Amino acid sequence: MDPTVVGYLALEGLVVGSVYALTALGLALVYGLLRVLHVAHAGVYAVGAYCGWIAFDFGHSLTLALVAGAAGAAVVGVFLDWWFYRPLADRPPLVPLIGSIGLFLAAGDLLRIVFGPYQHSLPAMNAAPLVSVGGVTVNATQIFVLAGTIVLLLVVYWISAWTRLGLAWRSIAQDRETAAAMGINIPRHTALAFAVASAIAGIAGVMVAVYYNQLSPTMGNEPAYKTLAIVVLGGLGNVWGTVAAALLLGVVESIAGAFAGNYFPPQAVAFVALILVLLFRPQGLFGR
Amino acid sequence: MYVLTLVTLLLIYAALALSLNLITGLAGQVTLGHAAFFGIGAYTLAFLVAHGLGFWPALLAGGVAAGVTGLLLGAISLRLRDDFLAIATIAINFVVVALFLYLPFFGGAFGMSGIEAPFGDTGTLIVAVVLFGLTAVLHEVIRASDLGLALIALRESEDAAGALGVDVKRFKVTAFSLGTAVAGVAGGVYAVYVGVIHPHDFGFPLSVTLLAMVAIGGMGTFRGPIAGAIVLGGFAQAFSFIHNYQLVLYGLLLALVMRYRSQGLLGRRE
Repeated sequence: MDPTVVGYLALEGLVVGSVYALTALGLALVYGLLRVLHVAHAGVYAVGAYCGWIAFDFGHSLTLALVAGAAGAAVVGVFLDWWFYRPLADRPPLVPLIGSIGLFLAAGDLLRIVFGPYQHSLPAMNAAPLVSVGGVTVNATQIFVLAGTIVLLLVVYWISAWTRLGLAWRSIAQDRETAAAMGINIPRHTALAFAVASAIAGIAGVMVAVYYNQLSPTMGNEPAYKTLAIVVLGGLGNVWGTVAAALLLGVVESIAGAFAGNYFPPQAVAFVALILVLLFRPQGLFGR
Repeated sequence: MYVLTLVTLLLIYAALALSLNLITGLAGQVTLGHAAFFGIGAYTLAFLVAHGLGFWPALLAGGVAAGVTGLLLGAISLRLRDDFLAIATIAINFVVVALFLYLPFFGGAFGMSGIEAPFGDTGTLIVAVVLFGLTAVLHEVIRASDLGLALIALRESEDAAGALGVDVKRFKVTAFSLGTAVAGVAGGVYAVYVGVIHPHDFGFPLSVTLLAMVAIGGMGTFRGPIAGAIVLGGFAQAFSFIHNYQLVLYGLLLALVMRYRSQGLLGRRE
């Protein structure tokens, strides 16, 4: 194995893993608060990408695209919480899960019907090589995704560790009844969690569209099931474990796909790892 | 003939939905990987028939293969609950489909073709009727038996059932192996019904549809899963004139039923 090739693959994997991390993070946050698997989150991510694409077409500004992606996704996410998840809070987990899968399918197909089944391009950035690290050239779009991910992760860390909002989230996740008894407005804080989680997924959607210079109605399909595997690998509801698992998965997939892609599909990595983890470490790779 | 073909398919779906209902509806174990067992049955039959085995023994072998794999899933379910189990079953579904794709003797993406229906189309319909009939009888016998009561107790509260002396482990595994074995037999019937099978016929989307049949019809009931199988199985046919909107309508149907009638169309609210 040529170390430069491995380095290149690892970089590529890190970029993909960053996107996994940003989408899976929302899933972990929502799971922590509501104990539901928000599969439709991957639909929110795709909607965000399309909002960014429309905004870019309109204003030719990357900043505008990112803001539009975040705002569009946040609106959809908050709506789903208010209309769908909140009324179903006391039903068995299967009920919101099936409905969420339905919402995800409907969202992707709605994008196809409205914007066409083909790919669109989002030429906001040139993938020019910028720097070289030990023989591995890093281009501008990769730095864009990695830097964007770091910034968003820092924002989430700041919210969860240093603000009253984060404190409320942690207390709801720990004990819902006690939190309510302490006067924490659970519906409002949950709605805010959906807003933050969805905005991040929307930005991730725009970043992916810029990175590959393409977006399509099926772009949410892979994240939809992969993020499920990631949140369990990271320890269900554990946000930082989820981020670590996402980055790890991105890198392993990328390297395994290049060297062993003929023997097994790289998409299966997540699930084989998942089955092993569930059997031997059900609290997740990074759970306690 | 069109009607004959449709009825055969709906009967297979109804048997599948009932088999899933044993696991999810009665025992309360959420699985999103039932299509994998359907596929194991179909592939086992196709492989054995291609190697000279007769239809009936191959059909039986498909059921056994699926049931044994289901036993494994049952063992996993002893360690996992609710959401964890649901995600694990998704994982199993993806891994099984990957095996169909990558094991050389299963024909890769082209699948396995030329699976002959031993008794012609009408014969397959009769086999499907028998499959459905036997599954229905099995379902009702179990539901009325001590096993059924134990499974329902398990669904309502695993801890309470255990405390009252229900052998939780044994009954969970029993539910999984029975349900998946029936799915395997249904897969064998499906293989001769379509004549050609591909890995992606048994993917995660079908598992979602199967679980949706049970949930939309009414979990834990007898008529619910059958009605769900007819509604969702017939959905593609009924809405073929607006096939461009089929998926979005299907998705919305799942979301709306869960939102406004979460016990299912024919289920009773506790």
